[in-house]
Amino acid sequence: MKKIALLGMPNTGKSTLFNRITGGAARVGNWPGITVELLTGKILLGGDMVELIDLPGIYDIHGFSEDEQVVRHFLHDNVPDLAVVVLNATQIERQLSLLLQLKQLNLNMVVLLNMADEAKKFGITIDGDKMAQLLGMPIHLISAKYGQGQPESMQAIAKALRYPTPGMAESLRTQLEQDAHIEQEMARVLGSAVQVPARLSDTRTDTLDSVLLHPWLGLPIFFGIMYLLFQAIFLLGQPLQGGVNASLGWLRDIVLTPACAGLPTWLSGLLLDGIYNGVATVAAFVPIIILFFLFMAIVEDTGYLSRAAFLMDALMAKMGLDGRSFVMLLMGFGCNVPALMGTRVMRSRSLRLLSMLVIPFSLCSARLQVFVFITAALFSPKAAPLVLFSLYLFSFAAAIATALLFKKQFANAEPFVLELPPYRFPTGHQMWMRGWHEVTHFLRRASQFIIAGVVLVWLLTNLPASAAPASSDTLAGMLGAWLHPLFAPIGINEQLTIALLFGFVAKEIVIGSLAVIYGLSGDALGGALGQQLDWVQAYSFMLFTLIYTPCLSTIATLRNESKSNGFTLFALVWSLALAWAVSFVFYQGARGLGY
Amino acid sequence: MNANDFNPHTPLSSLAIGTVATITDIHTDDALRQRLQALGFRMGKPIEIIRKARFNGPVQVRVGTTDVMLRLSEAAKIEVRTA
Ligand SMILES: Nc1nc2c(ncn2[C@@H]2O[C@H](COP(=O)(O)OP(=O)(O)O)[C@@H](O)[C@H]2O)c(=O)[nH]1
Repeated sequence: MKKIALLGMPNTGKSTLFNRITGGAARVGNWPGITVELLTGKILLGGDMVELIDLPGIYDIHGFSEDEQVVRHFLHDNVPDLAVVVLNATQIERQLSLLLQLKQLNLNMVVLLNMADEAKKFGITIDGDKMAQLLGMPIHLISAKYGQGQPESMQAIAKALRYPTPGMAESLRTQLEQDAHIEQEMARVLGSAVQVPARLSDTRTDTLDSVLLHPWLGLPIFFGIMYLLFQAIFLLGQPLQGGVNASLGWLRDIVLTPACAGLPTWLSGLLLDGIYNGVATVAAFVPIIILFFLFMAIVEDTGYLSRAAFLMDALMAKMGLDGRSFVMLLMGFGCNVPALMGTRVMRSRSLRLLSMLVIPFSLCSARLQVFVFITAALFSPKAAPLVLFSLYLFSFAAAIATALLFKKQFANAEPFVLELPPYRFPTGHQMWMRGWHEVTHFLRRASQFIIAGVVLVWLLTNLPASAAPASSDTLAGMLGAWLHPLFAPIGINEQLTIALLFGFVAKEIVIGSLAVIYGLSGDALGGALGQQLDWVQAYSFMLFTLIYTPCLSTIATLRNESKSNGFTLFALVWSLALAWAVSFVFYQGARGLGY
Repeated sequence: MNANDFNPHTPLSSLAIGTVATITDIHTDDALRQRLQALGFRMGKPIEIIRKARFNGPVQVRVGTTDVMLRLSEAAKIEVRTA
């Protein structure tokens, strides 16, 4: 099968184009460096199946960053049949340098000047034909976001694929003196084919920035926006959650219970009390999670994250981190895994490791489900949002404390240089794709971990068969009793201990397994927890859940990204120790104060 | 032109907000120089200081059609000429 590689600088719209062509759902974000995995898709082009590969964004083919190395190695080991080079038309005066570098590699190339819509708005005129003539390769203006120019460019790609690739210059060594040549060539092409207004007229971005990056108001506005977003998520999400809960309960009572009536007791127990209760309790959170990621996607796509990096860099520097680490912490509120991979944009290993050490403290959406559930069960509707907010504060505090404690060990002098893209707003289609992506992601996790987890918990709480379910004679009861000396000082009972044990695999399992352990789901489970626990125990449990290792995927990612078992183990042990210590101080302190 | 208002060796970090200057030299290591060049920082190019963050945070500059933020420590290594 013929291979087409998408190449270009970061944030030029490669993912958007990739999604448009393949109909897939790669992540897009208005943030330099968000494409973290090599995405591939197969498409039918001119009668043949071809493979499209989205490579990470690079600034310079000779560059030193990890992404630039990935691309170099990729091109070296798998020469593509065609390179589609995506450039941002509004930044053509500088992005041309990458094109000229790639041209020297003698690849079969088609050039797409993306964001033609923005270029037009900013008053930049580009004569594509003239440029194609000067450079001797096919060049098309397109808008990946809105679809302009797509048919023509697909034709050009199909046509170019018919020619064999000329083969590459054998060495990709740094040749700095070539840059002088590149500059002359840039001037020649730009001079006759491109007109850029003397002053860029993106007044919308300038006006927004004068408020959002205001010297004194910038930070308060940032936190205000974050607070409002969370309020909106819960305002919109909780009725949906209630609806899903009610329909799943209805399904159980009206359909599943009668349907399982003929089955042996143990089997209907496993199906209804084990799998169905467990998965249904978790599934009720899907609406909130979707909304959450939708809002994250909008924020990411607007370009506001780079502004957050600008506002927070001075503070982050005091912790041995930088503005990008802060953005990755924010991304971690969605899911820690892509946030950890996002640290690839950092070149200094120390800075990367320190960022990777603090990112797992970000209160991710899976942990959020646990907290929403428990706060709703144990606190009044008035107090619940405040309790949730306090957990976010603890999340930041754990990250800050860890960074301050270890910044000496991970000292670095990484320069901090980052692009500030213009503000953009995602289209309805982009938002829909993102929401859909999260649903499928959840279903994948559900089928992989959650079902297996709840089945295992059900077995542990029902075996040996002679023991009364969920009693102290079951395997779970014995395991809980055995671990009790460790968890009693932090106020966590045996049932919760079992849930924490499984939470190690994925946090979604925590409430799923509580549902199984108590044999209840939804509101009934909340009621039972409310009966059994007081708020001090519940809060201690939440603190532990917040701080200890998020999930197996996070550990695997830490290992993959750091390529060090020692570091991974250190991150693991540190988070466990910190979780225990914080819960201990809280629990004993609160009890000591008479609560 | 008067010699007093013409200084070819001013560090970028010392410019006031709103100043437009011309890049004359980049004294960083090779890796950062390459990155800066790819972002449009080339000799002879005009550069404008858009804003500075509080607490000695990064500066936002505009080179061509690209806005870039960089720390003062990096900005100090970029030499400009003010006219
Ligand atoms: N106005 C406009 N925005 C675009 C276009 N293509 C992509 N974008 C936006 O540019 C940003 C970066 O796009 P993305 O696909 O993530 O870029 P990548 O980093 O190269 O993969 C996102 O906010 C996109 O919505 C386009 O043709 N026009």
